[in-house]
Amino acid sequence: MAEPAIRLANASAAYGGRAVLDGIDLVVHPGERVAVMGRSGAGKSTLIGLIQAQIPERVALVPQAAALVRTLSVFHNVYMGRLDRNRTSHNLRTLVWPARADLDAVRAVLARVGLADRLRDRAGALSGGQQQRVSVARALYNGRPVLLADEPVSALDRVQGGLVLTELARTHETLVMALHDVSLALSHASRIVVVEAGRIALDAPSAGLDAAALRRYFVDEEAFA
Amino acid sequence: MRLHVLPGILPAPRWPRPGYAAVSRWFAILGLAALLAADLHVTSLHPWSDLERLLGGLVRPDFLAVEGASILYTVAFAVLGVGLGAGAGFLLAIPYARFRAVRIACAFLRAVHELFWALLLMQVFGLSATTGILAIALPYAGICAKVYAEIIEEADLSALRVLPAGSDPVSAFAYARLPEVLASIRAYTFYRLECGMRSTLVLGFIGLPTIGFYLESAFRQGRYGEAGALMLVFYALIGTRRLWVRGWTLPLLVLGAILALPPMVGSTDVGASLARFLGHDIVPAPLRHASLLAPDTWLETWAALWAWFRPILTGQILPGTLQTLVLAQVALVATAIGALVLFPLTARHFAGPVARPFGRVLLVTVRSTPEYMLAYVALQLLGPSMLPAILALSIHNAGIIGYLMGRHADGLTYRPDAPRGLNLYAYETVPRLYGQFLAYLLYRWEIILRESAIFGILGVATLGFYVDAAIAELRLDVAAVLILATALVAIAVDAASRALRRSLRIADLPVRLASTDTPRSSAPVTA
Repeated sequence: MAEPAIRLANASAAYGGRAVLDGIDLVVHPGERVAVMGRSGAGKSTLIGLIQAQIPERVALVPQAAALVRTLSVFHNVYMGRLDRNRTSHNLRTLVWPARADLDAVRAVLARVGLADRLRDRAGALSGGQQQRVSVARALYNGRPVLLADEPVSALDRVQGGLVLTELARTHETLVMALHDVSLALSHASRIVVVEAGRIALDAPSAGLDAAALRRYFVDEEAFA
Repeated sequence: MRLHVLPGILPAPRWPRPGYAAVSRWFAILGLAALLAADLHVTSLHPWSDLERLLGGLVRPDFLAVEGASILYTVAFAVLGVGLGAGAGFLLAIPYARFRAVRIACAFLRAVHELFWALLLMQVFGLSATTGILAIALPYAGICAKVYAEIIEEADLSALRVLPAGSDPVSAFAYARLPEVLASIRAYTFYRLECGMRSTLVLGFIGLPTIGFYLESAFRQGRYGEAGALMLVFYALIGTRRLWVRGWTLPLLVLGAILALPPMVGSTDVGASLARFLGHDIVPAPLRHASLLAPDTWLETWAALWAWFRPILTGQILPGTLQTLVLAQVALVATAIGALVLFPLTARHFAGPVARPFGRVLLVTVRSTPEYMLAYVALQLLGPSMLPAILALSIHNAGIIGYLMGRHADGLTYRPDAPRGLNLYAYETVPRLYGQFLAYLLYRWEIILRESAIFGILGVATLGFYVDAAIAELRLDVAAVLILATALVAIAVDAASRALRRSLRIADLPVRLASTDTPRSSAPVTA
């Protein structure tokens, strides 16, 4: 079998002395699409942060908040996904006078999330859902093999969310995504990992799971749905 | 080391944390004590008739007497001085948070008032454009470095964390940090340009050919029509700042300023005078001819140095510091009272639709007038005592704080059945604004102190009085020591103010004046 894309062995994390994750063992192979699920505060974001800290140079990240530079254009925000692969002089020039090739490449990526016409808009002027898709486009443009995404479609409806997850799976070899929508997770992930109270409570292929089996992990949140 | 604290038996702090009321009470008590110690005599025989003639000059200004070049020089010095200072400040802001040495250097740069810088620089560069520009650029570099560093620290960093690993630091800064802070930095710098014009005006009082120079001679010779015209021109310059200071006019302003600079006056051999200044003039007299390399003479040199320093300390630094602190304390308390009285003039709930515009114009005019000029005018009217200085400082600063408080007051939302008038003021508005009010006051404390020291040049016996005398006697070594002492007092007051703000938990409230220029739609007031 090929070298795993991600390997966490007995990993733990704590904030201010309080353990958030404890004794996590997780091996993800190239090509797997993992949905990380669990109640809010269970440690999903921390788990994604742990993976990112381990292999930063192989990761494209979609953070929980869109984390855009609101005063820059949509183009520049997406372009930032490849800041490390261009020379400083080219980056500084692009800030003022972007090259046609870069504009075309970014426009093509934006088309995949349905935002090609917003290329020159200020990122801060977009709606929450649009900002989230710009954040996804930035990761697509980055193109690194492991995609780490923290609720990448939380501000989108289920249909749009599904389309965005499909695009992510087309570009990135391995996906680890924190998701809260059970049916999106079951239809787009090959494997479900449920985090509960800082430990992995369930780790199974999604093929053998159904919505009811997963729901019992979030009973209290369903009450608010 | 870990402290295990059981709930319920938390160790009591050694001193109770002072509250708003306690701090206010102590400042008021100290202010009263200082008032008793202050010299408040009115020595002028006809203060009211002089005031009448002065106001007459404002009503009947003589615009034909205004020297056009002075307006040009005022703008040119301000643009180049602030430009240079802001540029240097930006470069210093990047290592500011990481290096203590940079922070100390900046604290020193801004603790010395631009007038003191000018008095020192004049010894090297003469009465020249270089003196005017550097006198503004040096302290402004220190101020801008601090404020820019704060803006950069406060900025949203989430985009920076998402950058792909291995992005070079320059690109990362240009993409993920700079765009976030650029708007704030620009607003602050433009505001600083306004301050720079006030500083330039004040530099005219010591001989640079700005509006201040002509204003001073007009006042001295009783040409009130010309003085009134100059003041109105200056208000117009400040009032229209937003029309002519914009992103696209900046290159034109800088180019025009360089072309408009006055010709060099005074010493032309800068290298030689700089060497003489640093190597001889500001070196304490006993050290000038001492052989510092021979250890057997050290004791003798020390004795001589102490004999030189002791009279300066007991005869000038200590009494000057005391008078400076007394003036600053009275002015601070008077500012506080003035601001509390004035702010309702500009607040929607207190001033009617007729009174409010007048209130605003009044406070904006007052805050545009440099306190040094106010003090100068008050001194002409009332004669030399601490009273003119107190009036000038408290009027100017109460105008600034009152204006900002009025904007905060408009940002408050009241319950529908809230009381009205004085009850609203006393039970809702002031209590809810009080933390912000104290934050502004404590922030202005250091500024008031720096100005108090400077007013010595006008004849009040604060530290500036001794500095001015030392420079007049060409004892630059004494002047340097006195300026250093002034800077240390300012730094100490700044530290005390910061400690108090932190202890009152008002350290994070806005105190930067520039952001009021860019009101945001969502946040009611960010000052």
